[in-house]
Amino acid sequence: MITTERPRRAERSANTVFRRLDSGQLLLICAAGLVAIAGVAHTAAVGLDRTEIAVGFGALIAVGELARLTMPGNREVAPIGAAAALGYTLLLDLSQNPLRHSALQVVAVIAVGMAAGALPHLAVGRPPRLDAMARRLLTGALLAFAFRPLADPLYLLTKPPTSTWWPALAVMVTLIAITLLIDVLIAALLRAERLRTSFRVAVRDEVNMAFPLGAAVASSGVLLALATHSMDLVALLVFAAPLLVTQVAFRKYAGIRATYLQTVRALSRVTEVGGYVEPGHSRRVSRLAVAIGRELGMSEPELLELEYASLMHDIGQLSLRDPIPGGATVLTEPDQARRIAELGAEVIRQTGVLDRVADVVRRQCDPITDDPPLSSRIIKVANAYDDLVGPSTDRDRAGAALERIRLSSGSAYDPHAIEALTRVIDRGRV
Amino acid sequence: MRDLPWPARVYLVAVIGAAVALMVRSVMVSGAPVAPEDLDVLLVLALLFLVCESMPTLLNVEQFAVSVSFSASLAAVVLIGPDGAALVGLTAMVSVRPGLPLIKRLFNGAQFAICGYVSGWVYEALHGQVGVPQVNAFDDLIGPYAAAMAVFVPLNIVLTLTMIGLATRVRATEVPLRGMAQFLLSYLGYGTFGLLVAGLWATVQSISAVLVLLPLFVARWAFGQYHAQQRSYDATIAALCQAVETKDYYTRGHCTRVSLASSMIAQEIGMGPERVRAIRYAGMLHDVGKLGVPTKVLQKDGPLTEEEFAAIQLHPMRGLEIVRGIGFLDEAYAGIMHHHERHDGTGYPMGLAGDEIPEFAKVIAVADAFDSMTSDRSYRGARPVPEALEELRKTAGTHFDPVMVAAFIRVLDREPWQPPRKVEAPPPDETPIKDHDDPTMPIEVVTGQ
Repeated sequence: MITTERPRRAERSANTVFRRLDSGQLLLICAAGLVAIAGVAHTAAVGLDRTEIAVGFGALIAVGELARLTMPGNREVAPIGAAAALGYTLLLDLSQNPLRHSALQVVAVIAVGMAAGALPHLAVGRPPRLDAMARRLLTGALLAFAFRPLADPLYLLTKPPTSTWWPALAVMVTLIAITLLIDVLIAALLRAERLRTSFRVAVRDEVNMAFPLGAAVASSGVLLALATHSMDLVALLVFAAPLLVTQVAFRKYAGIRATYLQTVRALSRVTEVGGYVEPGHSRRVSRLAVAIGRELGMSEPELLELEYASLMHDIGQLSLRDPIPGGATVLTEPDQARRIAELGAEVIRQTGVLDRVADVVRRQCDPITDDPPLSSRIIKVANAYDDLVGPSTDRDRAGAALERIRLSSGSAYDPHAIEALTRVIDRGRV
Repeated sequence: MRDLPWPARVYLVAVIGAAVALMVRSVMVSGAPVAPEDLDVLLVLALLFLVCESMPTLLNVEQFAVSVSFSASLAAVVLIGPDGAALVGLTAMVSVRPGLPLIKRLFNGAQFAICGYVSGWVYEALHGQVGVPQVNAFDDLIGPYAAAMAVFVPLNIVLTLTMIGLATRVRATEVPLRGMAQFLLSYLGYGTFGLLVAGLWATVQSISAVLVLLPLFVARWAFGQYHAQQRSYDATIAALCQAVETKDYYTRGHCTRVSLASSMIAQEIGMGPERVRAIRYAGMLHDVGKLGVPTKVLQKDGPLTEEEFAAIQLHPMRGLEIVRGIGFLDEAYAGIMHHHERHDGTGYPMGLAGDEIPEFAKVIAVADAFDSMTSDRSYRGARPVPEALEELRKTAGTHFDPVMVAAFIRVLDREPWQPPRKVEAPPPDETPIKDHDDPTMPIEVVTGQ
């Protein structure tokens, strides 16, 4: 008997909109909504300044939103849209005619552009990630409120007698850097809240993730703002080409990362189909292990390795001619378990690229005195817990299993990992 | 140089000679190739060119290392003119790529110089203004620039491809056309970088180069990450499939060989790169569901009971169930699900016939049966390739799709097949009996109770 854990597609898409939103996310969405309404209302009242420019940039923002992509770690980004928004914010002049659009107009253009770009997605049943959109809008608004008041004085500096662009460039770069930093901090806050990880770790993960794309978007935005000085609105088209290359590269990268994880997840089930372990065992152990790892402050790359290792921790059983009755549980003899771990590590080492994962799998049975890697200790605890409890959600059974694992705390199991496991189980949400 | 065939040597000398001749001519005509006030621009552009040239991105096609350095050459066309573009291109000789032989450096420098001259002339012929463009003259720049790029890129590709063709005797037609189109498109996309550098020069001088370069490096980094992940992914999927096979002594390596044969057939019948990639994975994963079938049933000697046959018939579905969570093309799923259907409709699990069978499944079925026949089994030795092909030809139209069989025979005419090594006799306790993939040993089912 095989149980399917994946929810059906229709169910999932319907749930995404009404997905449980954390209080932080809600706050963010409300703030973004208010700013957007203020911007649109103000612009509607006083009228658009230089309509054709606003429409041109709005269209590019919409295209960018249409071409948004999901980066590893379920982060939604829209690099082209972000660069266009940045460019519109930083605009000083168009073919030597100074531009004086207000910050509120910038907000309105960004909001309308994003909404227009999100509509086609909505039409084909892919609802927007409201929190991600809200963050993009707020970051744009923040920069607009900081930069637009300075636009006029900075433009005057570029005219004779001073004719210098350096102050404008310096102000742009500084403000972008500050805004990106704030954006990263907000993202980290939300992530820490949603995934129950520590803020410090979340900030590090976000910086690692946001830096390359942020640098590309920022320089493209500045480039765009400077280009319109000499290039008219043609700049929009010319500049879009290079950023398109970046976007394609990131889309491919994100795609293969997602497929990789899906494949390892899917193939980890061969042990279940072959009757070597209980149905759903690998997935449950990996979820539990990742939750424990997060609790212990592991960073995202480490967590990915931990997930791979825990998904494949039983793969060595495939080398056995016949399944061990009931699977390789805590009740299996230590020698047998060690052999399975060795065989599994051998399989993983065959890939030639997952050496650290192989090492984690190989040492998953080692007693604490042998000082195995943290990931191995986590997998050992998670595996033991799932062997004792299985898919059951019975609290008494969970309590009894925890008691039993605690008996070997410090010898077979890592006390920190047990503590983290207890916290994860108490929370009841893996 | 010695190991090059003589046409390649002649060509090499001709290209280098042409570049030198052009340069001597320009010095004789104008005295100094570059005006002293343009020297700083030349220096920055040469540096930009060198930086790009020193970190080429490998494309999927081997031997092709693409760099976006040519956009610096094109910027030089606008800012300094043909001579400057040629000088910038010439610096390809000293690019920081350890291990690149001198002969290749000379060739690269020469061909970039020629491209620089030619595109520079085209730019001037179309009345493009040479020199740092006026702040508001950008629109006049676009037309001549596009023409210069349209000459530079194909010329560059033709010069290089001819060299590769002469040196390695790879026929130009073997470079996939579709890949070529994609390649050309991204090349043109990169070309606009040069226009940006030139157009912004009047505003922020060399900072424009930095601003343009940054997204480029990020894109390069992301492409690098993508390729690394792709390689890692291919290795992982192969290792996991082999792990599934370790239980069965005789079928080791089956999945990788089926994957290879499937992609050979797929390419032969003209599938696009995306579909070929999908069928490679489908071929690799086609038998993962076998784990759900008890070993003793899979390898049972003699007729099967109906129940046992039902268990065997289930394995493609089991396989599908496992891989369904992976975001492949839908065709890959169909290929796994139906790889045991037969052309005459007597296969399993659904009994589809003829054109009802998905194309992927037809391909995998041929590759699967072929590898089974050309590998050792406990009950027989491996058959020679011609004999296996003869068997395929005989059953084409009943068991296999004739189109796929014909395509496979054509491919094997060109590229000889490497059958698996001889399997040593297994340890005494491992005595698998039968292989469900072997078309010469049809499954017999006992009917009735």
